[in-house]
Amino acid sequence: MRNASLYWGTTLLSIYILFHACQSEETIRTAQYAVNGQKLYKTYCMNCHGAKGEGLGDLYPPLTDSTFLIGQREQLPCIVKNGISSPIEIQGKTFDTEMPPNPQLTPVEIAYVLTYIGNSFGNEMGLFTLEEVQEALAACN
Amino acid sequence: MRNLLFSLIGSCALAVSFGCNNQTSKTLPILGSRDPVTKVVDGKTVTDTLYHSIPDFRLLNQDSVFIDNQQFENGVYIANFFFTHCPSICPTMQRNLLKVYEKYKGDERVKFLSHSIDFRHDSPSVLKSYAEKLGVTNDQWQFVTGAKAAVYNLADSYMVYTKEDSNVPGGYDHSGYLLLVDSNRHIRGAYDGTNDEQVQLLLDELAILLKEYE
Repeated sequence: MRNASLYWGTTLLSIYILFHACQSEETIRTAQYAVNGQKLYKTYCMNCHGAKGEGLGDLYPPLTDSTFLIGQREQLPCIVKNGISSPIEIQGKTFDTEMPPNPQLTPVEIAYVLTYIGNSFGNEMGLFTLEEVQEALAACN
Repeated sequence: MRNLLFSLIGSCALAVSFGCNNQTSKTLPILGSRDPVTKVVDGKTVTDTLYHSIPDFRLLNQDSVFIDNQQFENGVYIANFFFTHCPSICPTMQRNLLKVYEKYKGDERVKFLSHSIDFRHDSPSVLKSYAEKLGVTNDQWQFVTGAKAAVYNLADSYMVYTKEDSNVPGGYDHSGYLLLVDSNRHIRGAYDGTNDEQVQLLLDELAILLKEYE
């Protein structure tokens, strides 16, 4: 009787650990991508968008508007890669400063930097996978 | 022996207090080259030092008005060199200078002077739009443009490196220094505008410099 309950307990625990291991694999990957992305952010994004994603006045938009970022998720790889020249509205303000393109960034680097931005400054967008970025880039206008 | 010990302690205490005094009455150096000038005054030969100073300038500001050194002679000012569509160091430098501007907004003893090194693109109207979007709401911070030679030569006298270079992002290479200039056109401090610690040093030393005018 005692052995049986021990057996069932161990089995349940194993299933629980296995289930969580799958979950945390994505968490680990998100963390890895974000660390790589932070370095890229410092090089390519931080001058304009700021160390805390705060932007600068009405010149450069902040990266703290989660609603905008979530709504534009499929467009974000294109914006990073090709820049943006049409005005955008963020947190009620219109920004019309042209964002320069970053043609040197590879798809995986775009996944890194978006994972960093998407999980910093109060954003919770989870992992941007390489596949997701490649798919989005293929659909850029 | 005991006397010796006392005098030793005494001189140590004196040294410490003297050291402290030096700290509180710190004056900023005058940066740049200095030339000895020898002249005859009342039949005696006197040697004086001629300090490096900012030469005369006349540049167009964001309101299409010519401004010159006179606008900056009633206090101190902070100068830098930038261009509006600069993708590299300028936004960081201007973000940091904006903090200083916001702290001294309304204090007419402190002025700000940003020179555009993009003489092709940065017309007064472009500078005006940039200033407004940055958050500059009064004439304490001036944005100026001028002929390439005028601005680039002026950069040399501010000891700032500027160069047109198609190989760098944005097309112009330059250093991101913030220069603290006194009412006698002398450079009293140079700070890396992209480095938070250096910008804090600027804030500290600006306060020290302003004490000279109290």
